[in-house]
Amino acid sequence: MNHAYDVSHLLAGLMIVASFALLYQDRIFAVLNIFAAQAILLSMAVGWEAWTQQRPHLFITAALALGLKGIIIPVALHKMIVRLGVHRDIDQVVGVGKTLLIGLALTSLSLMLVLKVTATAESFTREGLALALAIILLGFLMMITRRNAITQIVGFMSLENGLILAATGARGMPLVVEVSVAFSVLIALFVFAVFVFRIRERFDSVDIEALEDVRGDTK
Amino acid sequence: MRDTVILLFGQTIQMFLVLLIAPGIAGITRRVKARFMRRQGAPIIQPYRDLIKLVRKESVVAQNASWLFRSAPYAILAFTWVAAALVPTFASGLMFNWAADALALVALLGAARALLALAGMDVGTSFGGIGSSREMMIATLAEPAMLLVLLTMALTAGTTRLPEVAEFLISAPITVRVSLALALVALIIVALAENARIPVDNPATHLELTMVHEAMVLEYSGRHLAMIEMAAQLKLVLYISLIVCLFLPFGMAPANAGPAAWPVGMAVYLVKLVLGAALLGAWEVSIAKMRVFRVGEFLGGAFVFAFLAILLAFVTREVLN
Amino acid sequence: MTGVDYSTAPQLAILLSGILLYAVAAVFAAMFHRHKSALAAVYPICIIAAAVTAGASLAALLADTHSGFRLPLGLPIIGLHVKLDALSAFFSLIVNLGVLTTAIYGMGLDRDRDLSGRVEPFFPAYALAMNLVLIAGDAFGFLFSWELMSLTSWVLVVSHHRDAGNRHAGHVYLVMAAIGTASLLFAFGGLAGASGNYAFDAIRAVPPGPLVSGLVLAGAIFGAGSKAGIAPLHAWLPLAHPAAPSHVSALMSGVMTKVAIYGLIRIVFDLLGTPVWWWALPFLLLGAATAVLGLLYAVLDHDLKRVLAYSTVENIGIIFVGLGMALAFRASGLTAAAAVAMAATLLHCLNHSWFKSLLFLGAGAVLHATGRRDFDGLGGLIHRMPVTAAFWLVGAMSISALPPFNGFVSEWLLFQAVLAGPQFPEPILRFMSPAVGAMLALAAALAAACFVRAFGIVYLGRPRSNEAAGAHETARPQQVAMALLAGLCLLGGLFGGVMVSAIQPLLQTLAGAPLPAVGTGPTPFSLVAFDAARSIYDAPTITIFLLISGTLTVMLVHRISSRRTRLGPAWDCGFPDPSPLTQYSASSFSQPLRRVYGSTVFGASETVDMPQPGDNRAARFTVRLHDYAWELLYAAPARAVLKMSERLNALQFLTIRTYLMLMFSALIVLLLIAAVWF
Repeated sequence: MNHAYDVSHLLAGLMIVASFALLYQDRIFAVLNIFAAQAILLSMAVGWEAWTQQRPHLFITAALALGLKGIIIPVALHKMIVRLGVHRDIDQVVGVGKTLLIGLALTSLSLMLVLKVTATAESFTREGLALALAIILLGFLMMITRRNAITQIVGFMSLENGLILAATGARGMPLVVEVSVAFSVLIALFVFAVFVFRIRERFDSVDIEALEDVRGDTK
Repeated sequence: MRDTVILLFGQTIQMFLVLLIAPGIAGITRRVKARFMRRQGAPIIQPYRDLIKLVRKESVVAQNASWLFRSAPYAILAFTWVAAALVPTFASGLMFNWAADALALVALLGAARALLALAGMDVGTSFGGIGSSREMMIATLAEPAMLLVLLTMALTAGTTRLPEVAEFLISAPITVRVSLALALVALIIVALAENARIPVDNPATHLELTMVHEAMVLEYSGRHLAMIEMAAQLKLVLYISLIVCLFLPFGMAPANAGPAAWPVGMAVYLVKLVLGAALLGAWEVSIAKMRVFRVGEFLGGAFVFAFLAILLAFVTREVLN
Repeated sequence: MTGVDYSTAPQLAILLSGILLYAVAAVFAAMFHRHKSALAAVYPICIIAAAVTAGASLAALLADTHSGFRLPLGLPIIGLHVKLDALSAFFSLIVNLGVLTTAIYGMGLDRDRDLSGRVEPFFPAYALAMNLVLIAGDAFGFLFSWELMSLTSWVLVVSHHRDAGNRHAGHVYLVMAAIGTASLLFAFGGLAGASGNYAFDAIRAVPPGPLVSGLVLAGAIFGAGSKAGIAPLHAWLPLAHPAAPSHVSALMSGVMTKVAIYGLIRIVFDLLGTPVWWWALPFLLLGAATAVLGLLYAVLDHDLKRVLAYSTVENIGIIFVGLGMALAFRASGLTAAAAVAMAATLLHCLNHSWFKSLLFLGAGAVLHATGRRDFDGLGGLIHRMPVTAAFWLVGAMSISALPPFNGFVSEWLLFQAVLAGPQFPEPILRFMSPAVGAMLALAAALAAACFVRAFGIVYLGRPRSNEAAGAHETARPQQVAMALLAGLCLLGGLFGGVMVSAIQPLLQTLAGAPLPAVGTGPTPFSLVAFDAARSIYDAPTITIFLLISGTLTVMLVHRISSRRTRLGPAWDCGFPDPSPLTQYSASSFSQPLRRVYGSTVFGASETVDMPQPGDNRAARFTVRLHDYAWELLYAAPARAVLKMSERLNALQFLTIRTYLMLMFSALIVLLLIAAVWF
């Protein structure tokens, strides 16, 4: 039992580290690679959960996470970036240092909150939920701090990684929901992709600030 | 009484052991770097020869240097040497291991650093000032991360005394190791910065506006320079010992094992040191030096790792208790 | 009036006689303020008074005295309570050691140039007022002496009243002091509650309810915190402290801030009843922010005395963190950890009073010798003022928390307390403790940077002005004062364990438990936090080690080295420039720190104005910094008040009938309020 905890703790901890690496990294291909690594870690975490808790249907979730988010989406995005020719550095709204500090504060907040609220629940669920909430918030933070559409997509999907981790921890979440979550992400990806191409066609840039200019907002 | 004599003896051995091997460790790092660059490289004993040559040469001191400039090298070497003598190396529980806990060790190194920075400003040149100011800036970035690493140790082992931490870790449960691994990464980053290694500073350069440590010691020559070099080499040994003691204490002679266990402990310790020095060399050839104002991000990484280590340790404690 | 012991202990009697001597000195100097010899006599009298008072308070501290009596003075019925307990005695020791050393320094002042009827009569009066705050046994006496302390120090701040900057400083100081006292009045009002009994013993017997205690806490932190210099109420401090003559600056920074801390401890730990965990939050948050902010100000400033004042702000932040830790541990029932935090706080009060006084006295010597206190006009003083430089180095190392000096002892204890933070049952405190620890570590590293910079610019390098080049060593009594303080810094650093044993009874009262007794560690001088298996700091052993290794190094090197030394021009990579302007300046030294921290904290921006080739205009480099605390908390309300007072100015020119109407309507409003309320 303790062994089971060790490995899930390790994998979830590494996912958090990957989230921070996503916040820190400002090169677009490196962001993709880290995201793929996080997805692979997620699939391992889900797979480990399936193995230790004898819930075979979770293996499907793990396989989905690995195939879709660990391989297909990063490769697709990679190709898209090459085609768009935007593999330059990405700019951020807030400085890296401040972003990381805010990230640490968010992580502390989510751990504090979940551990306090779920004081009576089973230990596995608490740990998974606490770290998953942290990953979700960090994904949000990444979406806020980035101005580049592609890294925003990555932030969104990293957020979704956290959702799946949380869902795995919570007992009795039916597979259907997970599949639908996974597919909704795929759809969101398509939406984003179309969106990115459109921005690119019109403004020669994937900087979403360009959109705001069109909307006529004063910055 | 006999125990006291033995422990005192062991302490003395350690004090001179670190002094003796320090140049050799620097020599190994340089040699490994040279081989990776497909150069022959200087022999490992070259740093010893350099030190002896420097000591024998006459010292050239600037006309307006003060007593601080002349006495600082002795004090810097003394502070660093004492710190290196008090870290558990081949055996824990030696005579005076208790005198300084981890916090005091960091402070001793801080004293050496402050004196070095002052010495850099004494002659009143622009190079000395640039080195001192950057050294102190890097220290402000490294110290918070260092404290968080120590906090992780104190949290998991329940003490700031290094021998106890080492003994705890030999028998520690696996769960805390995730936190410890993160803390290890943080400590390695801090150690790179504190020892003026790539990517924070380049120990092999001169006459470059990016240099930090070498700029501070630019005015030194002869025996003074020899002592400063010696102190830098001791500091490297100290940090490798600290990392080894905190994270890989396996093979260290236990506190009550007596002198019979020392040779094994010493052999293991030396192997670990050599490995550490070689790894450092390999790391240094594989990465480029950073712009000085990116050091903040690099050391910020150490801070994040150390903070995450604490947070994960909190979760573990909370969940398992 | 329960629990008052009306018998007077001998310590209290001696203490009072010392205090009386201060009063005599003040009155004497005020009466003969035209005679320089009378003014000069102030300092010897003060030395005697301070020695007597310090001795008595040390004896009272060691004996854990509780003594007091009531005088039929002051407010009717209440009377005036005088009391002395270990807490008062400890702070009285701080105050009077500070007065002692600054008075010795005063002996060396130049009779014709320095003595003035605006300073010397008020010096003993100021010392008197601070002592009275400490022995006041009721709120009335406390506030009265507190106000006396503010006023006497205000007079000293504006003693050089011809300088517009000093007048401005005095103005800000007076306003802040008034607001602070009002806020303390409010706090004591809450403490006295409905019964309206202002004697401390009566207050202690009836602790206020939770809501009232929150309000009292806020009032105390605002009132005493603003006097101590907690951010964001600190802005008056770097103006006022440097404006006074240097030995008075030493008292204000080193000692008066501790009197403010005494007030805070008295109210929060003694009178307010059982602590609740959230009381610690304002202390921890404000303290950690103040510690870092104070030093960031200091490291960017260019005025020697103002740098020292900002560093006082930082140290008050550290003390606040200690208080917060002690409160939190005590509220959580972790008394052993509370004792560590409280010991750190108290020792830091004592240590800071020593090294800050030392540094201010040294700054005074520099100011006297060169007439300058701006970094751009100093440099190379180690050659011309070797004694001052050596003592200042001791002070700088102490304040940077470097072993083996005293600053590290309290810093070490405080870090030990922070390292015990994960034991908090309350999650907020638990998660806050690593962040607070990181802020403290940042502050410690910044302190080292700040004082390397200050010492390096002022004493090392080459002189940046003619005044600095022609400086002279300071007078003998001033050297003695600095030597005393430097000696205390070293002794305090070596024998921290012994100092802790002197405050054990105080720790028992304030924290609920003492520290491990002397002798639990490996040597009688080991400082032990929690227990010997957990953390030990043994300064004497480390120092012996340092001496041995230093001697060995010297012997070894001199045995094999050539010992030949040649003096030559500076090397500087082959291009030494004779102009001292090519040295690293104070602003160049702080440039890396400004780049890293300045943009976030001060909104720092740099502009370079580079003329085109052919244009022989000089290039300009400008740095703009924002002091947000000043802009938001001082400048904006000041503008609002000014505007309002212009509006209200019209009231001065009304007819008598309108005035009567105003008064009448005010009366009616009050009656209405009373009718609704009761």
